[in-house]
Amino acid sequence: MRKSLLALAAGLLLAGSVSAASAADKLKVGFIYLGPIGDLGWTYQHDLARQALVKELGDKIETTYLENVPEGPDAERSIEQLVRAGNKLIFTTSFGYMDPTLKVAKKYPNVHFEHATGYKRNPNMSTYSAKWWQGRYIQGLIAAKMSKSGVLGYIGSFPIPEVVSGINATILAAQTINPNIKVKIIWANTWFDPGKEADAAKALIDQGADVIMQHTDSPAAMQIASERGKLAFGQDSEMIKFGPKTQLTSILDTWGPYYIERVKAELAGTWKSEDSWGGLDSHMFAMAPYTNMPDDVKKIAEDAQAAITAGKLHPFKCPVVGQDGKPVECKGGDHLDDGQILGMNFYVKGIDDKLPGK
Amino acid sequence: MQLVLEKRVERSNTIALVSPLIAIGLTIVTMIILFAILGKNPLLALHAYFIAPLTDGYSLQEIAVKATPLVMIAIGLSLCYLANAWNIGAEGQFLIGAVAGSWIAVKTQGTDAGAWVLPVMLVLAAAAGALYALIPAICKVKFGASEILTSLMLVYVADLFLDYLVRGPWRDPHGFNFPTTAEFDPVATVPLLIEGGRLHLGSIIALLVVAAAAILLGRTIKGFEIRVVGAAPRAARFGGFNANQLIILTFAVSGALAGLAGIIEVAGPVGHLQPGISPGYGFTAIIVAFLGRLNPLGILIAGLFLALTFIGGEQAQIAMKIPLDVTKVFQGILLFYVLACDSLILYRFKLVFPNRQVTRGTG
Repeated sequence: MRKSLLALAAGLLLAGSVSAASAADKLKVGFIYLGPIGDLGWTYQHDLARQALVKELGDKIETTYLENVPEGPDAERSIEQLVRAGNKLIFTTSFGYMDPTLKVAKKYPNVHFEHATGYKRNPNMSTYSAKWWQGRYIQGLIAAKMSKSGVLGYIGSFPIPEVVSGINATILAAQTINPNIKVKIIWANTWFDPGKEADAAKALIDQGADVIMQHTDSPAAMQIASERGKLAFGQDSEMIKFGPKTQLTSILDTWGPYYIERVKAELAGTWKSEDSWGGLDSHMFAMAPYTNMPDDVKKIAEDAQAAITAGKLHPFKCPVVGQDGKPVECKGGDHLDDGQILGMNFYVKGIDDKLPGK
Repeated sequence: MQLVLEKRVERSNTIALVSPLIAIGLTIVTMIILFAILGKNPLLALHAYFIAPLTDGYSLQEIAVKATPLVMIAIGLSLCYLANAWNIGAEGQFLIGAVAGSWIAVKTQGTDAGAWVLPVMLVLAAAAGALYALIPAICKVKFGASEILTSLMLVYVADLFLDYLVRGPWRDPHGFNFPTTAEFDPVATVPLLIEGGRLHLGSIIALLVVAAAAILLGRTIKGFEIRVVGAAPRAARFGGFNANQLIILTFAVSGALAGLAGIIEVAGPVGHLQPGISPGYGFTAIIVAFLGRLNPLGILIAGLFLALTFIGGEQAQIAMKIPLDVTKVFQGILLFYVLACDSLILYRFKLVFPNRQVTRGTG
């Protein structure tokens, strides 16, 4: 008995060392995911990008991910676990990982970190995000054209600038089509909770909304809109299979090119701490095909997309008027500057609601 | 011939001792099968789960950090459960403690408040947790309201109250509207025990709590009272023990410990108040309390063991790409076997050869 135990132990040790040796030459790249990779939204898109990364550079790198990591006390440990497992470049893919990432980054100056959607950086910690509000503007145009009731339903996650700027861009666009457009907003206070998201969609439809937009990650709202015969926009990923007759378009997170670029920089030894905030022109996100709408609406959307991509149309063109009726200071020449959008914590005129915490 | 469960004449002390071991053994066997089906090497997987985390100082620290709130809450709960008082709301008491303690941290932020801040936070958190736990206890004693329901419902109240505070009055003005307070000042932070690690003073406090509970239950009359009231309420009444008073007492103590665990977690590993500070510690602690057989030392071991499965699960995810869901399945299976094996303390299997006549008679 004892002999077989010893043999077992030896086998375990050997197995461990062999796998360690073969992995030693490859760059280890780690990912921290907020949801399960099967959320079909935010995390799913990050994992698609990771797979694209493996496809492109699989012979030079080895990737590891931890899924379902809550944005609380466990995050710091999860990130540190990846460091300790030998990962040299680590992507932490949600806003709430900002402070934990920074803490670990300060502790391990030789490891590089990439934090999605945050604003704190370090010599070994970059941030990256996308100008989704550009896509929201296009959605606002479509929504105003397609809504019969003139009421849009918006499922928010958290009232942070990223989400608030999305709501504002939507309304500013919709007002150019229908000056009296109304929007009902429900805060789900979560990024991913299909049950809550579905409830929010039902409540919005019950309040008269006939186009549902969301800033949460699951396809639940799309399914509800589909059941009730309403229209909806997908979020993060292609959700058309959850509402073939429902989805108008979807903002697709396309992180793949960015991940590949950053990993290549790491391999070449040229990685630097940066702040990347890409828009439609940089392919940081894309619009899903425009479906379930007449050709004239599709044309409006496509024209807007082309104009934004070319830099001819800015969703936050001055004057941007706040809820108090006064124009917001115009720091970017003829439009709001990036800093104002990054820190946006006001609603524009025409939103008949109060921003939580204001 | 059929297999039936028959009540034992006496509870089996042997089974009571070996039952957790049988449960762990059965869990491991089940997991080996599961790993094999998943196409993973079962031995390597078990190594990643149970052995690897115990082999380096970092993981050991993390296990202690994870176990700290679980053990503190579970000790309090065990006192309640021993006295037949069913506090299910430790999660809420944990959150209220975190809120009460954070109040001082938020109010003194950026001032030159001295070393008194942290001790006051701890005391306030314990007091708030105790008061919050007294609500269901008093409702139970005065009005006969089910403490299971009231304490559980108060969890949601606490959760939403915390939510309101960090979205409104306590929100970090420089936090871009994200629902969190600013990082606490150093005087409002639980000190670390090891430079560069995450092990904090809270783990020592948890050990002291375990020792105090062991003394209370093993060496004092109050402890004896708690056990008698729970085990034999009638005998306790004849003995002049006041069951209602004990419900109040055990609820208060358990609330205080949960509240203390809350502020230690917030002022320790988290560093600020935010929603989601507890991944269900108050509920997981119920499992820890029963896994530890409501015995202080047992709870310490059970808390460490459960923490080990969390840390090990994470390492298995990294090292062997075993999905997180398997860790959850694993914890579920363990509890299932623990409960199943516990039934053998009071019951035993018996083979029955039914008499035909009887069969016809009942059929």
